[in-house]
Amino acid sequence: MSKSVIETPPKGGFSFDLCKRNEMLSKKGVNPPSFRKTGTTIVGLIFQDGVILGADTRATEGPIVCDKNCEKIHYMAPNIYCCGAGTAADTEAVTAIVILLCLCSDMVSSQLQLHRYHTGRESRVVTALTLLKRHLFNYQGYVSAALVLGGVDVTGPHLHTIYPHGSTDTLPFATMGSGSLAAMAVFESKYREGLTVSSPIPFFWSLIFLFQRNEGIELVTEAICSGIFNDLGSGSNVDICVITKGGKEYLRNHLQPNPRTYTSSKGYSFPKKTEVLLTKIIPLKEKVEIIEGGDAMEE
Amino acid sequence: MNFMASKQPENSLLGLESDSQRTLYVTCLISIELGSSLDVRYPYVTGTSVVALKYKDGILMAADMGGSYGSTLRYKSVERMKPIGKHSLLGASGEISDFQEILRYLDELILYDNMWDDGNSLGPKEVHNYLTRVMYNRRNKFNPLWNSLVLGGVKNGQKYLGTVSMIGVNFEDNHVATGFGNHLARPVLRQEWHENLSFEDGVRLLEKCMRVLLYRDRSAVNKLQIAKITEDGVTISQPYSLKTYWEFSAFENPAQGAIGSW
Repeated sequence: MSKSVIETPPKGGFSFDLCKRNEMLSKKGVNPPSFRKTGTTIVGLIFQDGVILGADTRATEGPIVCDKNCEKIHYMAPNIYCCGAGTAADTEAVTAIVILLCLCSDMVSSQLQLHRYHTGRESRVVTALTLLKRHLFNYQGYVSAALVLGGVDVTGPHLHTIYPHGSTDTLPFATMGSGSLAAMAVFESKYREGLTVSSPIPFFWSLIFLFQRNEGIELVTEAICSGIFNDLGSGSNVDICVITKGGKEYLRNHLQPNPRTYTSSKGYSFPKKTEVLLTKIIPLKEKVEIIEGGDAMEE
Repeated sequence: MNFMASKQPENSLLGLESDSQRTLYVTCLISIELGSSLDVRYPYVTGTSVVALKYKDGILMAADMGGSYGSTLRYKSVERMKPIGKHSLLGASGEISDFQEILRYLDELILYDNMWDDGNSLGPKEVHNYLTRVMYNRRNKFNPLWNSLVLGGVKNGQKYLGTVSMIGVNFEDNHVATGFGNHLARPVLRQEWHENLSFEDGVRLLEKCMRVLLYRDRSAVNKLQIAKITEDGVTISQPYSLKTYWEFSAFENPAQGAIGSW
């Protein structure tokens, strides 16, 4: 094995090695970069046979909006999604497939994928919950990610909230982030148990099912809008993700209540910098031939 | 304000709502250290939010009857709304003793006004202005009255609803709230308030706000009063309690998905 440049860090917990160096640097006037936070409104609610997650789309760096349309609903498994509030990198990294250098490589959605291959079964929400809470507790709250985790598995629909220190709650409706109070005010006044009856629906009731589902989407949209308009840390558009037994529906920018009001009707034309002389497109040949219906691998 | 995701904003400590109030509190602590024994202080017995809105005939205001002593709900029959003169109604959150002091100041003010016996009486705008001056001047001396006040009234058909905070921030609006009501009740009010609400609709809207506050504010008690002020005068209702719902199925068995988890 070649000599690895990176030393393996001590197992478990947060490594405080660089803290002295950071202190020394800030004394000399070099300030650490301000991290991108998502002052946020994220919500989730359980409705008939499923879960609806909602989030706003503003990411802030101190007082400035750095991303007007970021994605806060992250993929965990085909039937489980997670909304994240807190430091943007943290929420993404915790759920991301990308393996981080120098740190323990277990990120939850990749762990779930491996677990699915191992067991041959659909992931359960409590599995994702436990993996997340173990990861966050391990870092004693320094990974400042507050999450709303929702999904539907064989045992039914589930909705959980996870705090940066690793504690969790199981709830029928939940809100997190700086806009959580505004959104919770909407939920506490309008949420009905009628949205949570989980019984099989005959086909001719499907219209009512759609109505209830739309009621759920409307309520989530209203809660996020309440966060967007009453909280300074949240804004821009509303993202919704509906997860049911049948599958998921990711409605990116389901509502855009803050469009640009003044745009030039003439459009924008930018001066051409480089002249295009020739356009030629060569499709890449496939390197590997895929044979459909080959023999199954032996155990 | 720190936007770290948390359900309870950190500024809920001692009923302080903003950075400037926290600064004032810290400065008060410093002034105590420096030995000015007359200066403030910490709030001891506090009331939680007051919510008020304008409706067709006047103003509707709601406040619960709790006086908290730190984290204990010590007093459960504190009347935090009082009529002032003929035309105004004052509701207060924050330190109860300071509220009682303000009532004495206003009593003196109204008395002097009555003694002129000139057929004119102080309306809500005037009382609001007086309160603003009092609060602001006290804060300038680092000895604030630790209250957020809501002043509503009707005079000559004109409805008025205003608020003053402990540092002297005052404004007038169609619906106001203090303390946690700012975070929990104002979004609801912004969405559902409209001009010319009827009395029943106004009460229903206020009850909605108070119910959310009851669920989500730890210092709220389920015993509230609703006060109404119109051209005819002030009516403060008898204390009553709100109905609450706790039977969500997810509350009953949170570990349904996995036995032994929580």
